[in-house]
Amino acid sequence: MYVYDAFDRTLVAERVAEFRDQVARRFSGELTEDEFKPLRLMNGVYLQLHAYMLRIAIPYGTLSSEQLRMLAHIARRYDRGYGHFTTRTNIQFHWIKLDELPAAMADLASVGMHGMQTSGNNVRNITTDQWAGVAPDEIEDPRIWAEVIRQHVTLHPEFSFMPRKFKICVGTSSHDRAALRIHDLALRMHRNDAGELGFEVMVGGGLGRTPYLAKTIKPFLHKRDLLSYVEAVLRTYNQFGRRDNVWKARIKILVHDLGPEAFAKEVETEWEAIKNGTLALDPAAVMEIAGRFIYPDYARLDDNPPELAEKRRGDRRFAAWLDNSVANHKAPGYAIVTLSLKPEGGTPGDCTAEQMDAIADLADRYSFGEIRVGHEQNMVMPHVAQRDLPAVWRALDEIGVAGGNIGLVSDIIACPGLDYCSLANARSIPIAQELTRRFRNIDLQRDLGRLHINISGCINACGHHHVGHIGILGVEKNGEEFYQITLGGKADEDAKLGTLIGPAVPYAQVADVVEDIAAAYLELRQRPDELFIDTVNRLGVEPFKERVYATR
Amino acid sequence: MRLVENGRIVEDRYVRVDDEAPIPERVPVIVSAKRFLADAAALVRRDGSLGVAWPNDKRVAELEPWLGHIALVVLVFPKFKDGRAYSQARLLRETCGFGGTLRAAGDVLRDQFHFLVRAGFDSFEVKKDADARAFAEVLARYSVYYQDGADGREPALRRRLQSAPPVSNTGETV
Repeated sequence: MYVYDAFDRTLVAERVAEFRDQVARRFSGELTEDEFKPLRLMNGVYLQLHAYMLRIAIPYGTLSSEQLRMLAHIARRYDRGYGHFTTRTNIQFHWIKLDELPAAMADLASVGMHGMQTSGNNVRNITTDQWAGVAPDEIEDPRIWAEVIRQHVTLHPEFSFMPRKFKICVGTSSHDRAALRIHDLALRMHRNDAGELGFEVMVGGGLGRTPYLAKTIKPFLHKRDLLSYVEAVLRTYNQFGRRDNVWKARIKILVHDLGPEAFAKEVETEWEAIKNGTLALDPAAVMEIAGRFIYPDYARLDDNPPELAEKRRGDRRFAAWLDNSVANHKAPGYAIVTLSLKPEGGTPGDCTAEQMDAIADLADRYSFGEIRVGHEQNMVMPHVAQRDLPAVWRALDEIGVAGGNIGLVSDIIACPGLDYCSLANARSIPIAQELTRRFRNIDLQRDLGRLHINISGCINACGHHHVGHIGILGVEKNGEEFYQITLGGKADEDAKLGTLIGPAVPYAQVADVVEDIAAAYLELRQRPDELFIDTVNRLGVEPFKERVYATR
Repeated sequence: MRLVENGRIVEDRYVRVDDEAPIPERVPVIVSAKRFLADAAALVRRDGSLGVAWPNDKRVAELEPWLGHIALVVLVFPKFKDGRAYSQARLLRETCGFGGTLRAAGDVLRDQFHFLVRAGFDSFEVKKDADARAFAEVLARYSVYYQDGADGREPALRRRLQSAPPVSNTGETV
């Protein structure tokens, strides 16, 4: 946990006061909707189909139990009793009233939360690995670096009105759990030949209507130069990114149009001019930020305690959950537990106020008061003692978040789609819900193995359909909802965009098509442990395409 | 439109001169970038303060050789959302060392004031009268910032280091 100090708290409080004034000026008519729009957007307030939506930042996906309880309070007091966790590890409330927004923001500020820069053309919430600080394969806690950047870009005088939004992701593990290469700017920590730590800098990733994976423009950047280099990238983009066409305004288009080499050269020239200035990171300053991350005081425990083994032997459901939802922790005797927000028939990422309160209580009791949110729209209890796993499982099962379907076919990533979003062309949620019903049999899900389905309700690709093993994209044809299907996408360290298998299919056929694809995989795989994605890679999309379109 | 300088509404002592019109002597004038670049050597020798209105899609590096002779640079915000001039302002101030007046013109509303001041602007053509009158009040809204800015406030990182010794609880940093 990063602990806010007086400085952080003052800034958030002043922001709330400013927003209160802006809302008052909107109500008095002094501000037109056009003038108010960019201001509310900078505080995470969107106008959607039915109401205002408030998006609250969860920096690098880390929450305290106190903050989660506050989110439950917001859901109850100002919304309809639930919230929606997003692929950017934020939370959204979809039924907020404009006149109550300043009060909601003041409540959030009391626990160091806000909606700053969760929308608008600025640097958005910085994401990272949801296992940050506890993953065994991590070089260093990425949240320290995410926090260094977060502070620097918050209300930045130069980068608050860029051509378009800007998403930064930091990774420090050998395995990429944060989908680095689909970000505008991705920083991957590694060690150079001299043994120094630094970052590989990648720019220009992003999905939407022109999907690109980020290109490496600097193989090794010393930690000291992190902020000056980020500043140079942002400055180059702010000046030269396109502003004439909103669909071509992301940095990926600039990088593509100039070419990664020419773009890198612009950045390098700018960086040379500023790298030895005030942005050069003082180790003491980084240490100060690192020092305000509080780490649990772990007990000395052994791995695999006897009570765990006993319970595993005696309870098949528990054993299955353990294999699916519990991962190795860097501290002996502890485990990382993923909570599934993907129940059968549910909306991916939705969480009720009661669940939030219960999870906060469980985190206090079993996870040092800490919770994480991952980009797959699930939650994580990051520090659970292995001996407590049976009790944690029972408690999670009671509130419906121990589905044991993490990474399986029903662990679907989906945007809100046409049920809420004014940009959407088609519904996403009902497709996800129907799929979870079709694949309700957990044994079938386990047999299918790791299989990621991603659903977006429009070309903006908030559901990351391009990088789903099975990607589903809603489009509109003559007023009807149709869905394009792609196969073979991946978001990890071998990131890849999926391949379209053929003409879009109507709403009513999407679940049938996915079932056909799953059935084809079971027949085509070489061995039971050949993953879906590996079968697609080996055979290409042709055999799946034949299966899907043979009878349609 | 109201001009704000030093926190107060003031009369503009500069005259904007069209590209075709003759340039009056001994009067502070603002000319376009196009006119300036066509005749820069003569214009900087002229008697009277010189201001140049610089578009936001032109590199300020082109202006750099002349900055010692220019009293005012006007940077433009064609729309509230078009923030290119923030970068130009910082480049002029921090990289080129421009010490003259830096004026923001165009779609300038109160909600940009603190960004503008911190990017290095010190003169503001404010679109609405009410916003111009509220200038000082709006700027007082924030007492802390995370990063360095032209207003000279110490950023969070340095302030923290001054107030408390750092404590390390991790292995390797920087």
